[in-house]
Amino acid sequence: MLAWTIYLSLIGAVAVTLTPEKSPVVARLTALLTTIAGLGIAIAAVAHEPSGQMTTIVRVPWMPRLGIEYHLAADGISLVLVLLTGIAAVAGVLFSWNVERRVKDFFALYLLLIGAVYGVFLSFDLFLLFVFYELAIIPKYFLIAIWGSTRREYAAMKLVLYSFAGSALVLAGMVAAYVVSGERTLSLETLAHFPFPAHFQMWAFPLVFVGFAVLAGMWPFHTWAPTGHAAAPTAASMLLAGVVMKLGAYGCLRVAMMLFPRGLDPWGFHVLGFGSWQEVFAALAVIGIVYGASIALVQKDLKFVVGYSSVSHMGFVLLGLMTLNQIGLSGAVYQMFSHGIIAGLLFAVVGRMVYDRTHTRDLGELSRIPLGRLIPFAAVTFVLAFMASIGLPGFSGFIAELEVLIGSWRAFPWMAWIAGLGILIGIAFSWRALQATFFGEPTTTPEQVLPPITLPERLGACLLLASTIVLGLYPRVLMNLILPSLNGPLFEQLRRGDWR
Amino acid sequence: MTGSGYFALLRLTEPEIIVALTGLLVLVLDLSFLRRTSLAIRFRGTVVASSIGCAVALGALERLPAQGSWLAGMLVVNPLTQLVQAALLVLAILILLLVDSARFTTHVGEYCALMLFATTAMMLLVSTQNLLVIFITIEFLSLSLYILTAFDKQSRQSAEAGLKYFLFGGMSAGILLFGMSLLYGISGSLSLGEIAVAVNRSPGDPLLTLAVVMVVTGFGFKIAAAPFHMWAPEVYQGAPTWSASLVASSSKVASFFALFVFFYVGLMGAVGSAARGNYSIGWAPLIAIVAVVSMLWGNLAAIAQTSFRRVLAYSAIGHAGYMLIALVAHSRQSFVSLVYYVITYALATVGAFGVLAALEDEKVDSIADFRGLSKRAPDLSFCLLIFLLSLAGIPPLAGFFGKFYVFVSALEVADHSGLLWLVLLALAMSVVSFYYYLKVLKQAYVLEPAAGAAAIHVRATTRIALWVTAALVVLLGCFPDLLLDRIATALH
Amino acid sequence: MSSSFPSVSALTLLPFVGGIAVLLLGRAGRPAARLTAVIFATAAVAYTLLLWSRFQPALPGMQMQEMHPWEPAIGLAYHVGLDGLSLLMLAVSSIVVLMAMGASWSNPKQGPAYFCLLLFLETGLFGTFTALNFLHWFLFWELSLIPAFFMIRLWGGPGRARAATQFFVYTMVGSITLLLAFLALFLASGSFDFVELTQMAQTGQLAAAIGQNLHWHQWDSGHITMFLFCGAFLGFAVKTPVVPFHGWLASAYSEAAPETTMALTGALSKMGVYGFLRILLPIFPEQMWRARTVLLWLAIATIVLPAFTAWAQTDLKRMFAYSSINHLGYCLLGIVAVTGSTGAEASQVSAKAAALTGVMLQLFSHAITAAALFWFVALLARRSGRVTGLNDFGGLRRAMPVFSGLMGITLFASLGLPGLIGFPGEFLIFKGVFPLDWWAAALALLGLLMTAVFLLTLVQRVFSGPLRERWAAMTDLTLAERCMLAPPIVVMFAVGLYPQVISGMVHGAVTQFVGLVRY
Repeated sequence: MLAWTIYLSLIGAVAVTLTPEKSPVVARLTALLTTIAGLGIAIAAVAHEPSGQMTTIVRVPWMPRLGIEYHLAADGISLVLVLLTGIAAVAGVLFSWNVERRVKDFFALYLLLIGAVYGVFLSFDLFLLFVFYELAIIPKYFLIAIWGSTRREYAAMKLVLYSFAGSALVLAGMVAAYVVSGERTLSLETLAHFPFPAHFQMWAFPLVFVGFAVLAGMWPFHTWAPTGHAAAPTAASMLLAGVVMKLGAYGCLRVAMMLFPRGLDPWGFHVLGFGSWQEVFAALAVIGIVYGASIALVQKDLKFVVGYSSVSHMGFVLLGLMTLNQIGLSGAVYQMFSHGIIAGLLFAVVGRMVYDRTHTRDLGELSRIPLGRLIPFAAVTFVLAFMASIGLPGFSGFIAELEVLIGSWRAFPWMAWIAGLGILIGIAFSWRALQATFFGEPTTTPEQVLPPITLPERLGACLLLASTIVLGLYPRVLMNLILPSLNGPLFEQLRRGDWR
Repeated sequence: MTGSGYFALLRLTEPEIIVALTGLLVLVLDLSFLRRTSLAIRFRGTVVASSIGCAVALGALERLPAQGSWLAGMLVVNPLTQLVQAALLVLAILILLLVDSARFTTHVGEYCALMLFATTAMMLLVSTQNLLVIFITIEFLSLSLYILTAFDKQSRQSAEAGLKYFLFGGMSAGILLFGMSLLYGISGSLSLGEIAVAVNRSPGDPLLTLAVVMVVTGFGFKIAAAPFHMWAPEVYQGAPTWSASLVASSSKVASFFALFVFFYVGLMGAVGSAARGNYSIGWAPLIAIVAVVSMLWGNLAAIAQTSFRRVLAYSAIGHAGYMLIALVAHSRQSFVSLVYYVITYALATVGAFGVLAALEDEKVDSIADFRGLSKRAPDLSFCLLIFLLSLAGIPPLAGFFGKFYVFVSALEVADHSGLLWLVLLALAMSVVSFYYYLKVLKQAYVLEPAAGAAAIHVRATTRIALWVTAALVVLLGCFPDLLLDRIATALH
Repeated sequence: MSSSFPSVSALTLLPFVGGIAVLLLGRAGRPAARLTAVIFATAAVAYTLLLWSRFQPALPGMQMQEMHPWEPAIGLAYHVGLDGLSLLMLAVSSIVVLMAMGASWSNPKQGPAYFCLLLFLETGLFGTFTALNFLHWFLFWELSLIPAFFMIRLWGGPGRARAATQFFVYTMVGSITLLLAFLALFLASGSFDFVELTQMAQTGQLAAAIGQNLHWHQWDSGHITMFLFCGAFLGFAVKTPVVPFHGWLASAYSEAAPETTMALTGALSKMGVYGFLRILLPIFPEQMWRARTVLLWLAIATIVLPAFTAWAQTDLKRMFAYSSINHLGYCLLGIVAVTGSTGAEASQVSAKAAALTGVMLQLFSHAITAAALFWFVALLARRSGRVTGLNDFGGLRRAMPVFSGLMGITLFASLGLPGLIGFPGEFLIFKGVFPLDWWAAALALLGLLMTAVFLLTLVQRVFSGPLRERWAAMTDLTLAERCMLAPPIVVMFAVGLYPQVISGMVHGAVTQFVGLVRY
């Protein structure tokens, strides 16, 4: 049933291209229905299979000569991310309701991207996963290059080239794993249990991890993210920061860490004070947290603030992954979900609610427009989004950051403090952005009238807010999916002594 | 079926004969019956006739005996050669269908006939393991291609391209012949099988080294590998589009196949190894160097080009590099991967040139001329998208799987990480190639058409040909086993 | 004792529901909104009194507990309960919020949104004072920040932006250190529950657990616990506030509308002291003992310095703001003094009991009097066109006799005049602290003296003296205002004369806290 999330999205993409040119509303409705259907399936799957064990959806041989199968399956972690994609997809369509130019093309590319993303999260054959992963690259390029704003062509090209380079690294690792295992299979299950030689894992792990981590925005390969997100149209930024960056993190966990867990073992010697890849990547993650937040603090363009904040939040995901204990890893997955929603929310407010109306993203200019009074719904939404993004309790971000901090405290105590510092800087820049945008001191400009917040925007905002609040107050829903998966057979080799 | 009589030869070369006869027939047809009709009808008529001929040849191919050899390797027929010949014929048909829209010359019959003769030459090239026959067919092919390149008498560029091609080709043919003669000297035989025996006996022979270097040079020219590629940009840009597509696609298929066979069958004794940590001298490291230079030169030079054809030319050099990796790996599996790669590469190239052919009236040459193509000719630009993404190596298109399989086969040789350095370089260059392919697609899709640019009318046959090619590229990408199985079983 | 009806949760939710109701009804206009708000606030007070009646002061431990697992993987559980301290805080919060509403009743600028935020704030307060699981508690702690922030930001005076930001940032920094400290505790002990952690600290299990599970750079467990204590202390120190972390308070209190400041000083400020009593004392008694001297000096600083600063102020609001810090300093002094020794002799025990009872009384008294004082400032500001300077008035006694009378009573109550509500608390604190740390008590007297000085100065400058022209036409309190002010004034007398009302309620809790000082 879950496979239909992919198929419906792809069919929807085709269907949208067939809608009449003259009435873009039909295209929008088709896209909306498709994404709602996808979300419905995701929710049904989460409700129906709350145990989080891996269940195969379809498994047929695809290229028997090479042992490649068309294998779709879902475990708890996949379900969590599929749910995220569903929510983000619907919200994205709602926030793109006002796209006027080349509407059909826009939604066709959008649905293609969604379908590919669903595909990545549901693939359990490494080749298939890679196919979907690459497939997602092309729509990204066009979405940004055609409908984007600031320096869109440059941003699109940069983003896509970085993604492609990352996936080239992954391909190298993938081919190497295929060849070294000698098993003539690329099934994730089989490869997860295969005892690759330790020295092979020592270089295969960082290769594949870095390949995926580029897309997850790990410092220092993150530079595509702020430019790309700022240039992209609202729905694309929401998807990019919300879901596509999670593809990278998911790949880090599902492929790099699941297949080559021995690559994280201590080397036995120290280089610059680091004794294992675990320490290296944890350090890079923490640098990303603080760096992203610090740069966001000095940005003048609101969308860049949000873009850099994404880099900072993804740092939490990567830190959680590197803690290698149950609570840290589950925090990482939780943060993937939580940040997906929150990033979507932030970009929606900044891009759709503010920029589309004021046509400026400069903080100085925005503080002169009394936005708090003119679009109060947007102000309230942004306040709530701000509360969510700084990790205030009651929102999903708190649970996620809490778990990552606990996990990190257990694994590398001093990094927890630096992460805490990152949170503080995060509060500072979020506050600055909120202050300037909605609570600035307006000068005596003639009374402006801005178009009111439309119904689709309200619906989208409510959907995202509800998701983050519900999952902030009732984390059980997701924890029930994440924990059994992390404790399941697939991650057996990853679990080590102090797994808690 | 083995034999040494002419009858046997005729039996075994039935398809080639059919194609050659079709060529002659087309000449006659054009010079007699179609003389008075308009250019369009002449082109259409000759194209139809040629296509029918090729189709008949395909049928004849089916009926050939599975195994056959004539005069101990002068002519070899086995499932693999039949497969490649079938591919060549399909490519020929596709190109011919695209020729349908040509306008640049009045010598229609000669043009189609030459195409068919070139195809014949290629078919013969892939089914021989004899030095002399290899040389003759290469020359046959080259001469046809030189003329096809220079065919547009109104264009200076065409003439220049043809001349350059001829001069380079002549020189490299000479070098190839010299190398072959050295091999003959070492082994006393013209047959690749017997040469292999001689090479095994004395792999360190300095004459052998010289011979190998010369053969590599000669073949290197044919496959447009750096540093023997100087002719390629001119030819791709100057030749009439249809000739260029033949040069870029079918001749690559045939040349690579012949190259692999030459080295795999004939020179395995002196192979050496290019694996890191296990380096030993031989032709494998030499090919590896050529591959590296090709990949680097081709991809990096392509970035700076503003003419689409030159981009295709330099990217062809890059792709030659990737394909040579398969040769460096010199295994059964890598041979399969090479055949798959080169066939799908040829399809994508035919498609790309086909799009150019369809835009012939627009005088499209520079990348900027593609501006707004998605609005002006949605079909064309979508097909172009498929072809270029396949060349870039994006799944689920055929080009991706080709690269994937080449890399798998390169790493599967005994010491798994030996050729990893080559694979990593290839991947890095793939990223670079993505950039310049995307530049073209950006023009087509992202930018609006220039003011006053009208929609482009595409002829039905062209459209069909392009869609069929695109469908094949997608199909072979999603279900590569369709082709892969055949190749692999044929190899056994 | 668990009860089948979740009375505590119901109480916590009541104002939240009220807030939503106010928002919805607010479309019908301000009167409807404020009426609804007041109804809900009164209901909250009534409910609190009901719980008070059901509460059994003599029983040790938590009453009316509710415990539900929420997310075991991260140690989050829904655990609420009441003891004397919590009940006292609930009473304080509900009364103060009602008073704040009374003050805003006739202020046209404060509409439905304001009342709604006030009710949300009340929920946050109720939640903080009844939560017994750190994460659950932290949720409410942080959430109560938000309405307060917006109330300052949107209805404040000209410098409100900076004031609100400072308020927010200071509190957040403290919260983060508090969070990190508790995360470490969770790592060591596996629990976020206050009751459990207290238990573990008392039996020495906590120290052992820290030593076992937290290995940092070869620090010994005592050092680590001290480090964690500092982190937690910082969080509460900012909130109380303890000098030198008080920088945010003066601007916040003076820039906010006086009606808002009522809630801030009456209820929000109690969160800090509550944290000392509920969290720091039971879980880190040894650390408090070790850091005694420093803490005592901080307490003294908190008592004395703001008193002097208040004297130097020329704005009424700032004066009362600093006075607020001063009053809470006494609470801090009482708490720190109690950690002096673990002696079980009767005199020690009775001194400690006295100190803590005094602290509780002081909490109650300060809430009422400070809220009332700011109420008066609000009333004055409304009449004077927002002028609140100390030297701007004079002779108001003649223009507004009732107002002056009532405000005078409140000022003296704040000072600690016997017979009024302020006296029992301060007296008991000094009675308790003298035997335990006589020098600290002696120095603290200085603060008492200064408070007297500036309060009397205030009385003199504002109420006596020649009446200025512009204030001659000031209207005295209306009937409605008098009725609304009457209950707090009555309470000030009642509790002043009969403090057993409060001390009886907290008796059990006090005994318990005294018993917790063990190390």
